[in-house]
Amino acid sequence: MAVSQTSGAAFELKGRMATLTVLRLLSADPGLVFIQLDARLAQAPGFFDGMPLVLAPGQDVSLDAAMLETLVAGLRDRGLLPVAVADVSEDVASVAGLGVLRNLGGSRSEASGQAARGRSEKPAAEPRAHENGAARLVTQPVRSGQQVYARGGDLVVSAPVSAGAELMADGHIHVYGTLRGRALAGVQGDVNARIFCQSLEAELVAVAGHYRLSEQIDAGLRGAPAMIRLRGDELEIDAL
Amino acid sequence: MARIVVVTSGKGGVGKTTTSAAFGAGLARAGYRTVVVDFDVGLRNLDLIMGCERRVVYDFVNVINGEANLNQALIRDKRVEGLEILPASQTRDKDALTFEGVEAVLSALAETHDYVVCDSPAGIERGAHLAMYFADDALVVTNPEVSSVRDSDRVLGLLSSKTRRAEQGDEPVKEHLVVTRYAASRVGKGEMLSMEDICEILSIDLLGVVPESTAVLNASNAGVPVIMEEKTDAGQAYDDLVARYLGEEREHRFLTEKKGLFGRLFKG
Repeated sequence: MAVSQTSGAAFELKGRMATLTVLRLLSADPGLVFIQLDARLAQAPGFFDGMPLVLAPGQDVSLDAAMLETLVAGLRDRGLLPVAVADVSEDVASVAGLGVLRNLGGSRSEASGQAARGRSEKPAAEPRAHENGAARLVTQPVRSGQQVYARGGDLVVSAPVSAGAELMADGHIHVYGTLRGRALAGVQGDVNARIFCQSLEAELVAVAGHYRLSEQIDAGLRGAPAMIRLRGDELEIDAL
Repeated sequence: MARIVVVTSGKGGVGKTTTSAAFGAGLARAGYRTVVVDFDVGLRNLDLIMGCERRVVYDFVNVINGEANLNQALIRDKRVEGLEILPASQTRDKDALTFEGVEAVLSALAETHDYVVCDSPAGIERGAHLAMYFADDALVVTNPEVSSVRDSDRVLGLLSSKTRRAEQGDEPVKEHLVVTRYAASRVGKGEMLSMEDICEILSIDLLGVVPESTAVLNASNAGVPVIMEEKTDAGQAYDDLVARYLGEEREHRFLTEKKGLFGRLFKG
């Protein structure tokens, strides 16, 4: 405790969405890969330098440890930076000193060039219903500058939420008090999430990324109990 | 073991030091051994408000650095028995306050006093954080305007998360609201937030309302805690506040506009 007080927090752990380039291997022959890769790199010298890469075997291609090591070494020689593999066992990945990404499946079909699948293809950041985790209950006022996130479930606040405070939930948000701060429901993309509050004075409300600022909220709805939900691409605010 | 009371606000210039001086003097007058500690290192003011600036030899930072002992730095108030001041250093900054040093000084003061009143600097950085960290009670000083109320709200959030009581999972810091510079006439005209609005936004117990008063500036200039100016409205408001803090029931007297002579004649 004393240490944390004298020096402050030394780190934070944060989940972030990032775009990574995936190198999908359509051939099990590293030699062939390198020949074609060199041709590509020659078209844009310097462009790929230091680029973090995820290696993923295409369909019908399986990577073993020796192949992976050869590939990684060859890629590093060319200035690329393999950081992880997808769809490869941990044992194989650890030999090459790479991490394993497990949830790359959604983008797989997209990258494998099967355009025929068209609309049925899943987008990379797939909106999903929250997995009905336990609701998080907050009984103390949520003050300006505080942030509460209910991961995987609903958020229930039985106290006021101040201006400058932020509520986030993968599921619904209930505020049994005045909501003056921000409330973001369905932050993982659940379009069925809703916000309920006893008195709507919010700075911002959002469901699954569709937001509305206080000045866009009908004055007649302010200061009264309300429910906020998503209808298509539009937020709908109803008095309760 | 003393109770440690922090006087804090977030925003500057709302009356923390005036409140610290008055509150400390009021507790001492009620017979409690009280020390007021100035945490505003670099912007030392408490000694001026308490009228002892010429008697400062050693200060809080000297004690933390072991350059003086606590008894050398404490200044005994000449007017009120049992009231002492630990002044801040004017030549240093807030980084001179170390966590261990503050903890050691406060626990030594807690041994020999009934109340330790910590006059917090403005802001939410190191000085303010250390002033509130060890607190048992908090007086949150707020003016009836939106920026002050929002800053107080932020500070209330810190009191419930960044204090020793919060970190150790003890009973939370007891929070009291002190509204200063309250002008009932301007509230009536809608120029200031009303007491109901402030209490509703902050949702904590109201300990006292101190009216906007020329007595406060006059007392500061004279170096007298305003609570000792017993004929003034602000002095009486602080007297009520201390009595309420000590458990007495007293009505809030300064919520409504005082009517002038004409107002009284015509019953406005």
